[in-house]
Amino acid sequence: MSGILRPITFVLNGKRTSLRVHPLRRLLDVLREDCGLTGTKEGCGEGECGACTVLVDGRAVNSCLVPVAQAAGTKVVTIEGLRGRHPLQRAFAEHGGAQCGICTPGMIMAAAALGPRPRLEEVRTGLAGNICRCTGYEGIYRAIQKQEARSKKQEAKRQRPAPTPSPQSPVPAGRRKRR
Amino acid sequence: MRTAISPLVLLQPRSLRDALRMLREEGPLAPLAGCTDLYVGLNVGVLPGQRFLNIWGLDALRGIEVRGDVLRIGALTTYSDIIRSADVRRRLPMLAAAAREIGAVQIQNRGTIGGNIANASPAGDTLPVLAAADALVELRGVEWTRKVPFTDFYTGYRASVRRPDELVTAIEVPRVEGRQWFRKVGTRAAQSISKVVMAGVRAEPPRIALGSVAPTVVRARRTEDALASGGTLAEAQRILQTEISPIDDIRSTAAYRREVAARLLAQFWAATS
Repeated sequence: MSGILRPITFVLNGKRTSLRVHPLRRLLDVLREDCGLTGTKEGCGEGECGACTVLVDGRAVNSCLVPVAQAAGTKVVTIEGLRGRHPLQRAFAEHGGAQCGICTPGMIMAAAALGPRPRLEEVRTGLAGNICRCTGYEGIYRAIQKQEARSKKQEAKRQRPAPTPSPQSPVPAGRRKRR
Repeated sequence: MRTAISPLVLLQPRSLRDALRMLREEGPLAPLAGCTDLYVGLNVGVLPGQRFLNIWGLDALRGIEVRGDVLRIGALTTYSDIIRSADVRRRLPMLAAAAREIGAVQIQNRGTIGGNIANASPAGDTLPVLAAADALVELRGVEWTRKVPFTDFYTGYRASVRRPDELVTAIEVPRVEGRQWFRKVGTRAAQSISKVVMAGVRAEPPRIALGSVAPTVVRARRTEDALASGGTLAEAQRILQTEISPIDDIRSTAAYRREVAARLLAQFWAATS
C-alpha cells in the first residue's frame, strides 16, 4: 500500500496499543511478529484448527482470519493476557490438558470465553473448533471442568449444596464423538 | 501464507453511504465482512482481487428485527447473533439450526449471513434455508435499494445478480407457515463443509431446498409439486434426483450425494408429518 500507514489502535491484554501496520495483515501475524506475543500459535491458517484463538471483545475468534484493521477499537486478549495465573492454566497442567502444547493456548482461550464452570455440553460445543492431536480431548475437558473458581465468592457459591446435584459421570463410550 | 500483503489495498468507509460511493467510484472492490472465507483464500493464495472494502464496522448493517410479518436480518449479523436471537428461534428455527452447524464458535462469532449470501458458495449452509423460506435479498447502491427474491439471486456457480457497485444489506423473511426442518450432512457436526445440506418447510405446498448438490443452491420445485399433488415419496425422491446435479469432489461423490439427497427428503417427510 502506498503512502503512510495510519495507526491501528486497540487494547491488547489491558494495554492500549497503537501500531502502524498494513491493515490487511492477519491479527495473528501482528500479535506474533510486531507485538512479540508468540503464545498464539498458527496451526492450519484457515480457521479449521483453533490454535490461533484469541478473544476479541470477549469472544473467541481465529486470529488467522482477522485482518488487523478489524481489530481496531476492540479489546484483544491473548494467552499472555492470562498472565499464567488463570485457573484454566493451572487446571490444564494438573489434569493432563496439555501434551505437545501447540493447541493449548487456543484451547485455553476458547475455554476462557465460556466463563467459569461451563457444563460439559457447553465445553464440547465451545471447543468444537479446536483440534488436538495428542490428548484425545478427555484431559482437556476434565481440566476445564475442574478449573477452580476464580474468587472466594464463587468458591463459596460452588460449595453450597446444589439443589439437583449432577454427578460428573465419565463420558459414555457412545458419546465420544466430538462435536 | 501464500499471499503477499503489501500490494493489497484496503478502503475504510465510515458509513454505508461512504461504502456505496467507494464501490461506485473506486471499484472494483471486494467487500470484507467477517473474512471467514476470504481470509482462507488469503492463506491459500486465491484472493478475489487486490482491492478491498472493509464493511465490518458498518453497524447500520447489523441486527435482527421483526417488522410486522417480516423478519429482517442485517447483512453483518453474525451466526452467533442468529443463534442467540429469540426472534430467529421463534420465526425461523431452521436458520438457527443452520447457524449452529456452521464452523464452530470462532467462525460463528465472525461469519455473517450477508457474507454467506454474497460469497455465493454452493455449499453455504444458510442458503437452502433462505431459499425454502422464500426470503428476499436487499441490495443497495448509491441511489437505489432493490429487493430480489432469494431464489432469483444466483445466476450460476459463484455468480449472482449483485452488481459490483452494490452491497447485500439485509435479508427479509416473510412469515413461514408449517414445520421447518434442517439437516446438514458432513464429516462431523462442527467445522465441516456440507456434502449435502437441506432445508424444508412442511406447508401446502411443501418448500424444499438443497445445497452442495449443484452449482448454486437448488429449490426443488418439481419435487414440491409432486408431493403437493399427492405423489408418493418414492416418486418425489426420483424427481428430486433429477432436479439436482451433484459432482464428485474432494468432499464427496455425485452418487453419494444423490443417494443422501433422496434419504434426506424421506427424513424431512417423516419428521414433519
